[in-house]
This record gives sequence, C-alpha cells and structure tokens, in this order.
Amino acid sequence: MVKRDNAADLMGLLSNGDRDLAAMWVAEVAGSLGSRVGSAELDRELRELYEALVQALRQGAVDVHSEEMSEVRALLAELSRNRARQGFSPSETAISVFALKRVLEPMLENGSADEIPAYLRLARILDGLGLFTIETYTRTRDELITAQAEQLLELSTPVVRLWDGVIAVPLVGTLDSARTQVVMEKLLQALVDTGSEQAIIDITGVPAVDTQVAQHLLKTIVAARLMGAECTVSGISPQIAQTIVALGIEFDGIVTKASLADALKLALRRSGVDMVAHTGTRR
Amino acid sequence: MSERIPILRIGDTLLVSVQTDLEDQTVLNLQEDLADQIVARSAQGVIIDISALEIVDSFVGRMLATIAAISRMLDARTVVVGMRPAVAITLVELGLSLGGVSTALDLEKGLAKLSRPTSSAPQ
Repeated sequence: MVKRDNAADLMGLLSNGDRDLAAMWVAEVAGSLGSRVGSAELDRELRELYEALVQALRQGAVDVHSEEMSEVRALLAELSRNRARQGFSPSETAISVFALKRVLEPMLENGSADEIPAYLRLARILDGLGLFTIETYTRTRDELITAQAEQLLELSTPVVRLWDGVIAVPLVGTLDSARTQVVMEKLLQALVDTGSEQAIIDITGVPAVDTQVAQHLLKTIVAARLMGAECTVSGISPQIAQTIVALGIEFDGIVTKASLADALKLALRRSGVDMVAHTGTRR
Repeated sequence: MSERIPILRIGDTLLVSVQTDLEDQTVLNLQEDLADQIVARSAQGVIIDISALEIVDSFVGRMLATIAAISRMLDARTVVVGMRPAVAITLVELGLSLGGVSTALDLEKGLAKLSRPTSSAPQ
C-alpha cells in the first residue's frame, strides 16, 4: 500500500506539466554540454529516457536495480557508452542525470510540503542512476583501453621478409614481457611458415634496454636457434650498447650489429648470397 | 613393454623420426638403441626429427642433449630438426638451451647441414 503511494507521489512530481519537464531537462543538459552533442540527438535521448523513467516509476520501481528499471538502465548504459566513446568526461556524462534534479527544484518552492519526501525519494533514485552512469562509463573506457592495447600489440610486431630465407622483426616502443612473448611466438611461427634460416631482430625503435628486456631477447634467440635458425640483433644504439655492458648482460655467442644493413649483409652472406657492387657502371 | 622408436638408415646417416609424444622409458630405449646402431653401422651423422612432437618436459629436453653428446663421443654429428615454436619456447623457459646440439628447420636442411664439412658448420 505504501509502495503504491510512493509511486503516486513520484508520478505526481514527474507528471507536473509533463512535456515541459522533459524540455527543461534537455535545455539544462544542452547548456552544460555545449554544442558537442547534436541538439536533436540529445533531445531524442533524454525524452526516451524520461519516458522510460516515468514508465518505471508508474510500475513502482523503488531503486536503480529494480526490475522495472531495466529499460531505463539499458537506455542509460547506451547513453554513457556513447559519451565515453565521444571523449566526454565522467562529470559531463553524469550531469545528464543530475540535471533532472535541478529541473525539479523550482517546483518544490511552489509546491506543498508533502512533495518534499517524494522529491527526496526521487533524488535518491536519480543518484543511483547517476552512479550507474559513471560505472558504465568507466567500464566502457576500460574496454576501450584493453582493445587499444591489443591493437597496439598486433600493430607493433610485424614480421617482414627481407630476402628468401631472411626475415626481420623491427621492434618499436618499450618491450615488456607480454609484448616479447608475442614477438617470440610470431617470429618462431614465421620461421616455420617461410622456412627461413636467418632472422634479424631490429631494436632501433626500442628506447631502452634493461636486464629483463635483454633476458627476453636472449630467450627468443635461443628458441630460434633450437629450431635451427640463426638470429642477429641489429639497431643497437651507442646508448644501449653502453647500458648493456654496464648492466653486465652477457650476449655470448649472439651476433649483434649496429645497423639493420649490416645485419642483412651478414644474413645474406650466411645464406650464401653474394652481393657485388658495380662501381662506376649504372645498370 | 614400452614402444621403441624406429631408427632408419640413409647412407651413413641414421634417421630417428619421433611420431608420438615421448615417455621417459621410450627415450631411454632410444638412447640405447641409437648408441648400438651408431657403432654397428658406423654412422657419421644422426638426424632426430621431432616435427611431430608437441609436448616436451625437462627430462626429454635433457635427453636430447645427452643423446647428442653420446653420438658425438661415437664420432657422429647430431642434428635435431623440425622443432615446433611451442616446443622451442618450452625448452627455453625450462632453461634448456641444448648447447652443442645442431638444429635445422626441417629434414632437408638438416641433411644439407650434415653433408657440409664440419669446419663450416656454425656452432
């Protein structure tokens, strides 16, 4: 019985000049977001949300997690996902919900004292919805970050074929365990796929080498050797050379070259390819 | 009775083709058989093809190195061919670098490696 009353009160509050409220809400949100969301789109989003909210309250929803609120939650989730993708801040996203409270405030002044408890209850529901918005926003952001990290992993480890039987991996960016693992697997698989006996790991684009990175490089090289391929490390900058020696890392039995060109020359010589420079004659 | 891995002869090279995942006893049998065969046929080279091998443990890894060392004692060069990437990664993670064992990508390249004179063989 009490629940019915609650619902009726809340309804009374929200249906006070029905269309007006939604319009005021849209105006309020539009003011805070500026012109970054199309006004027609915003209008549609918020009106849908408003309808859903009124519907949910009419069915007796008491908080965000009520079953009656499922449509509201779905709409809100979509809204916050869009906001997160468009690069809005969390507060800019949550303001869409909280603005409704601000719209309702003036009505309290004109209304009777009975409306205050109803307003507070509604405020609590709206707070819940606001938090839900932020949660969805954060989740979407996390998903975006994860997806981008995966893309980066894929993008940053291409294996290229330089010659028949010679492949190279140009490494760019900081190396960590996860990336080195991917590089290792890709390189070894490429050795099998292309039947290459020479592999070059080029670290020109790697800003720094520490013991861990060196360890990973060594592992990759030993694994390649186990499979019957020879690895050369190229693109070692003067800085990195000094670091490696200072750290006392042993690159025993591993051929290292300063530039990719030198490494390629060596790989070609090892695979029995002779290169002849024709000085003076253009061909 | 655990199974034995067949040892085939091509010229003066012995070919061991591992077709199943290795059990400890199988590997020990292989080590014995191979040593016998190298002496009996006075083989110059041994090729161990592990392209069908998907799983290795530290015991099998160590035995590969041991078999290679035994062959070397009997003056036969050993080449391990066709190791899969996953197997290579496992061995490295186990800390087994199989030092002193020659390797090749496949059987053909392994045979080519054996036919080359020792001096030019990369260590």
